[in-house]
Amino acid sequence: MTRVLLPATLPELWEALAACPEAPLLAGGTDLLVRLRARRQRPEALVGLERLAELRTIRRQGRGLRIGALATHAMIARHPLVLRHAPVLARAVSEVGGPAIRNMGTLGGNLCTASPAGDSLPALAVLEARVELLSAGGTRLLPLSEFLLGPGRAALAPGEIVGAVRVPLSADFQVQHFEKAGRRAALAIAVVSLAVLARLEKGMVAEARLAVGSAAPTVLRCPEAEEFLRGRRLTLSALERAARAVRAAVRPIDDARASAGYRRQVAGNLLLRLADL
Amino acid sequence: MTIRFTLNGRPVALDTDPGRRAVDILREDLGALSVKEGCGTGECGACSVLLDGELKLSCLLLAAQLEGREVVTCEGLGDQDAPHALQVAFAEHGAVQCGFCTPGMVLAAESLLRENPDPDREDVRRGLSGNLCRCTGYVKIVDAVQAAARERRGGRRKK
Ligand SMILES: Cc1cc2nc3c(=O)[nH]c(=O)nc-3n(C[C@H](O)[C@H](O)[C@H](O)COP(=O)(O)OP(=O)(O)OC[C@H]3O[C@@H](n4cnc5c(N)ncnc54)[C@H](O)[C@@H]3O)c2cc1C
Ligand code: FES
Ligand code: FES
Repeated sequence: MTRVLLPATLPELWEALAACPEAPLLAGGTDLLVRLRARRQRPEALVGLERLAELRTIRRQGRGLRIGALATHAMIARHPLVLRHAPVLARAVSEVGGPAIRNMGTLGGNLCTASPAGDSLPALAVLEARVELLSAGGTRLLPLSEFLLGPGRAALAPGEIVGAVRVPLSADFQVQHFEKAGRRAALAIAVVSLAVLARLEKGMVAEARLAVGSAAPTVLRCPEAEEFLRGRRLTLSALERAARAVRAAVRPIDDARASAGYRRQVAGNLLLRLADL
Repeated sequence: MTIRFTLNGRPVALDTDPGRRAVDILREDLGALSVKEGCGTGECGACSVLLDGELKLSCLLLAAQLEGREVVTCEGLGDQDAPHALQVAFAEHGAVQCGFCTPGMVLAAESLLRENPDPDREDVRRGLSGNLCRCTGYVKIVDAVQAAARERRGGRRKK
């Protein structure tokens, strides 16, 4: 018998976590249940977050968007505020798995799994998102880069959950780009992915932000390439130079899906697509 | 623990281990044999159900999560006496061979058509991208979904 606790309010959640401190947290289950099955584990108890309606909302908060951790990829991909203010994120999460996986998998789960290939991560990195952590003791905010510690490792303290992701609406980035190279459009985990934001003034890049997924232990911003693009037009030759900086920055691994050399090459190539925009 | 939900419109109260998978209780306890288990890990879509109207994978859902919800399986869309337009179209277009993937495909197609009544072939492919078929090569499946969509729109041809 496995106890499955489904608290409907945060006070009930803190009670459940206090009663079952060892119980894994279950959001959409698309990572956790697959992982438990692979290890043939059947925990004594699970704490499910799905009935916490307050963690599912997407709304404006101050000068940013607050996206609840329980928001599914499907909800985020079609949400008018996300489409308007953070299209790069809508684009990224619409590449996650197939429709059923997008209806189940959540943004919080994608973050906490902390896979180098998590599709939301490069988009959140260029948006300079912060992660809102909740516990019985209160709330703290961490920049994404301090939340993601490495493959499968996130800076969650015991008794803490991700409540939301906060995305600042800092500037108007006319270029919002996400692309994922994988072996099959749906269900394929990214071999390499790239998110780009660029603000153009008179055709020149005033600010560029690039982040690569699946090419290092965690999502990687590329300050060298960002700096190089500043003040230039997004021409093929400028992008080729920036792509070289991306290839130099990434630290990919060889695995069953692709070789490190291939990942390095593709990580740069994805940037060249911006020349067509 | 007793879990209550509706299955294809009928209320169900089931005394079971809340940590069992939804796919197992649907098939073993409730006889909804259209729900297939292919991979058990979210990759094939054969175990798809509509949960409160949303396409979900019953191999990645626990019994407890069904509490208070509405589950629809392919049996709930239509049966041999009163088949659903998609079921008819799949049969007519040869989109069914061994049939293992078919219930999941039909539910994914239904979910797509509720959102987008007039999908082009690429939309259909994307809508069914979470469902694997080892037999048909997909072309006939896409044909069937488009035919059912046309019929549902009242026989109007696309473009
Ligand atoms: C077939 C298949 C295809 C997939 N394709 C992709 C893909 O293309 N791209 C991609 O990025 N991912 C993919 N995934 C992985 C997965 O769907 C995503 O990572 C998803 O966002 C995970 O969310 P979840 O809600 O299902 O997480 P869960 O499985 O519920 O949880 C994952 C982990 O995070 C913890 N957790 C979840 N939410 C919180 C929270 N709010 N606070 C604290 N801890 C929490 C859980 O305890 C668990 O350890 C795929 C998975 C499958 C099965
Ligand atoms: S059995 Fe559930 S997706 Fe394959
Ligand atoms: S018809 Fe056999 S798997 Fe699709």
